[in-house]
Amino acid sequence: MIAIKDITKSFGELEVLKGIDLEITKGEVVVVIGPSGSGKTTLLRCLNILEVPTSGSITLDGHTADFSKRLAKKEIDYFRSETGMVFQGYNLFPHKTALENVMEGPVIVKKESKVSARNKAEKLLTKVGLGDKLDFYPFQLSGGQQQRVGIARALALEPKVMLFDEPTSALDPELIGEVLQVMKDLADEGMTMVVVTHEMRFAQDAADEVVFIDKGKIIERNKPSELFTNPKEERTRQFLNLIS
Amino acid sequence: MKMYLSDLFADPEKVQRLLTIAQTSLWPLLEGALKYTLPLTLISFFFGIILAVLTALARISSVKPLQIIARIYVSAIRGTPLLVQLFILFFGLPTIGIVIDPFPAAIFGFSLNVGAYASEVIRAAIQSIPKGQWEAAHTIGMNYSQSLRRIILPQATRVSIPPLSNTFISLVKDTSLASLILVTEMFRRAQEIASANYEYLLLYTEAALIYWVICSILSVIQDRIEHRLDRYVAK
Repeated sequence: MIAIKDITKSFGELEVLKGIDLEITKGEVVVVIGPSGSGKTTLLRCLNILEVPTSGSITLDGHTADFSKRLAKKEIDYFRSETGMVFQGYNLFPHKTALENVMEGPVIVKKESKVSARNKAEKLLTKVGLGDKLDFYPFQLSGGQQQRVGIARALALEPKVMLFDEPTSALDPELIGEVLQVMKDLADEGMTMVVVTHEMRFAQDAADEVVFIDKGKIIERNKPSELFTNPKEERTRQFLNLIS
Repeated sequence: MKMYLSDLFADPEKVQRLLTIAQTSLWPLLEGALKYTLPLTLISFFFGIILAVLTALARISSVKPLQIIARIYVSAIRGTPLLVQLFILFFGLPTIGIVIDPFPAAIFGFSLNVGAYASEVIRAAIQSIPKGQWEAAHTIGMNYSQSLRRIILPQATRVSIPPLSNTFISLVKDTSLASLILVTEMFRRAQEIASANYEYLLLYTEAALIYWVICSILSVIQDRIEHRLDRYVAK
């Protein structure tokens, strides 16, 4: 479904990604772990071209974006429309209710009728456990609830892949579970997901593959059962020791 | 001042005369306000805000020539007195064959002025919206203008209401300068009436009070708008 080929990304002098190759099959849940500054968030942001990679290519469901050439706007639109993004800081639209946040994409971008968008948004919010909070503004919701609205907002565009950028890092500990549960349910339904997280429990329970990134390179990738209990690389072992 | 007041009390006829003048001049002054001061303010503010949004977008755009044009425009307007700008438009331009009537000339001048000052307010307001809002809009597939109209500007509006209200209230008072390019707005009416009966203190004070009432009403409206736009912000 996704083929990432030799992606590099530099911010000025700083080379954040130094050649990443990764393939993700349909329905797979890939968890990306690594120390801060390793480039894992940048990699995720390259997948929907929020950051334009410096070189390399990404193929998503048959469409290839080749970053050695100038990107056509249509290519960027395609990647944006086929991926859903969940942010660390939620980034909900504060001037819109939960329902309006979820309806915004379908109505404005996909030109769906308000009635059908509303029905869909109500279903999605109910699915993430917020059926009773439809008309609440973000400031009236807890962090965990806001993040679940964020997930519903991304799902409303019926993406082929969901990208999660440290979705629980800004949450109080007691609110993390409710967000992870929604993500696990999604994984069980067969959604293709790329998740950057520090939640090793989630990686163990839900991931098909765990990718360890350090200093802009993939150091090791394996099934979670293998990678966590029997890491092959010294740097993976050091990292796992530090966080456990 | 002491003499003026003691004379007054000593002379009930004079008091009566002043009251009569105040009363008979009230309607002409209000008429000047309704026919010129307020339309001048509203129309100039409307065009000024459109100009200001465009200028703000030019300032923050990545297109260098647009940035430069916007910068020069703002700098030229802010760096020269409003009165001088009005004089150039009304008394200066006829020299090169461009003759504009007083009212449109005033609209033109005030709009340019509001455009420059308000553009800085709007630019700051747009830039105060976190980058994550643009990103969230992009990730749900919105393009630049959709993101701007649906996500960024509505939030920037809330931030800009207090400073833009200042601009608006200043504009109400600045329209009195239009009297000097022959627009018969409220202050010019006061001058005309006073030059016939020599009661300058009375007429100018009366005009001042009307400005004050208008601006007080506007402040109340500003409070209402702020209150309305604050509904989605944690108290």
